[in-house]
Amino acid sequence: MMEALLADNLLAVSTIVPAVIGLGGLGIVFGIVLAVASERLAVKVDARVKQVLDILPGINCGACGQPGCEGYADNVVAGKAAPTLCAPGGPEVAQKIAEVLGLAVEAGERLVAFCHCKGGKDSEWKYDYDGIPTCGAAALIAGGPIACNYGCIGFYDCIAACKYDAFLIAPNGMPVVNAEKCVACKACVNACPRGLFELVPISRKVHILCSNLDKGKAVKDVCQVGCIGCTRCVKKCDNGQISMKDGLAVIDYSKGEVNIEAVESCPVGVIHHYAYQDPITWQPPVKEALKGAAEPVQSA
Amino acid sequence: MGIGEAFTILISTIFVYNFVLSRFLGLCPYMGVSKDTSSAIGMGMAVIFVMTLASAVTWPVYRFLLAPSTSNLWYRLFGGSPADYDLTRVLRTISFILVIAALVQFVEMFIRKASPGLYRSLGIYLALITTNCAVLGVAVLNIDMFFQNAQPVPGSYLKSILQGFTAGVGFTLAMVLMSSIRERLEIADVPEPLRGIPIALIVASIMSMAFLGFAGLI
Ligand code: SF4
Ligand code: SF4
Repeated sequence: MMEALLADNLLAVSTIVPAVIGLGGLGIVFGIVLAVASERLAVKVDARVKQVLDILPGINCGACGQPGCEGYADNVVAGKAAPTLCAPGGPEVAQKIAEVLGLAVEAGERLVAFCHCKGGKDSEWKYDYDGIPTCGAAALIAGGPIACNYGCIGFYDCIAACKYDAFLIAPNGMPVVNAEKCVACKACVNACPRGLFELVPISRKVHILCSNLDKGKAVKDVCQVGCIGCTRCVKKCDNGQISMKDGLAVIDYSKGEVNIEAVESCPVGVIHHYAYQDPITWQPPVKEALKGAAEPVQSA
Repeated sequence: MGIGEAFTILISTIFVYNFVLSRFLGLCPYMGVSKDTSSAIGMGMAVIFVMTLASAVTWPVYRFLLAPSTSNLWYRLFGGSPADYDLTRVLRTISFILVIAALVQFVEMFIRKASPGLYRSLGIYLALITTNCAVLGVAVLNIDMFFQNAQPVPGSYLKSILQGFTAGVGFTLAMVLMSSIRERLEIADVPEPLRGIPIALIVASIMSMAFLGFAGLI
């Protein structure tokens, strides 16, 4: 009885032995192959890459021009990229990387994103848009629903792209970067289909709030506050900070702050003295702020 | 294996018995890696590769180590009757898992050495495939379909490899379809409770019903 039960339920010895040897054998064979392979195929990594990677913030934002922190670490160690390109890390990280690599860094000024448009709620619409509520989608249809082909569409793709909650919305509906939180990751620069954002040095207070490249008349047709390309500001500049590019005034931020005469010469008021700590009002006291010109209105 | 048979395998694994949509294998990568099309394609390529290799390697393991036939290694060594050495029941799953895991490890090392760029884009997906049931599924199905009474049917080995490859292609197709839909869903006005995985599962079920329409093809 007992024996019959055993015979029914137990695997025959002839099964167990090959099973154990077979599986064990497979395991050993694969183990050896893998062990040999790991020796032969070992990839040598520069230990400094790991060190640099540990220093980097690891948010893979892409501001350095690489898809992720790993790529940047590789490039820095290989000497293909400067140690200062990590915007979120800022000077601190640049300093640490430079220490690891034994390089000297000259710290650049901190950058923040700035949106070159003033349109907002006052913009005129070409047609009623009732599609996917993103700027990217809207911009695809007949040049976008906004009369100005260069202006803010206002579905806030920029705000959605910002991982640092660095936006405020001005009373006129325009997205405004909060300089204190912005880490210059360029997410908004890439997200805006109109290319309205630029990274600017944080100490600069005067900006041109328009991106329209059309001629004066065409600009007037679609926007009351757009740059008409009259070149008055260019003439008033004391150091050539403003120049005309395709009928649009642009500021060369490396040439120092724009003087107050140039700001005030604009007939449409598109050149703003912009106080970062007070973006909600959008109407900082231009004159007073610039009179104390030497000290910036705020330093974040 | 004639052209006709090859074509039948192709149609049946890609459309009629699509691994994801009809057999419900490999659902975790299907849900987990289908958020954007580029990673879906990366995962798909890695799966095609591993499925084809796994089919090529598990077939001889079954034929010469596990199946109770006259070409069984143990039978050759120790004699007796082939039926004594039927290891299918006890060893099939575990030995296939072992084979696939080792294979994936090896492939990972190899790609890392040979093509760092590819490694970086596939890296994590490759490792994930070790635990992808669709790969084990195709290995087991090859055995079920292309062996009769432990004897390989004509052209069995080639058919297994082809089925491994096409199963991977079917998996990739499902992944890419799903990821395209999910990319669109991201910006759609989906009711709050359904956002994310719930709506993806609903989409998956609808897609799977759509693929049922191919049933008459074979
Ligand atoms: S993404 Fe550009 S167009 Fe859209 S809201 Fe932001 S600034 Fe305006
Ligand atoms: S996305 Fe946000 S943090 Fe990044 S640059 Fe724009 S405002 Fe600054």
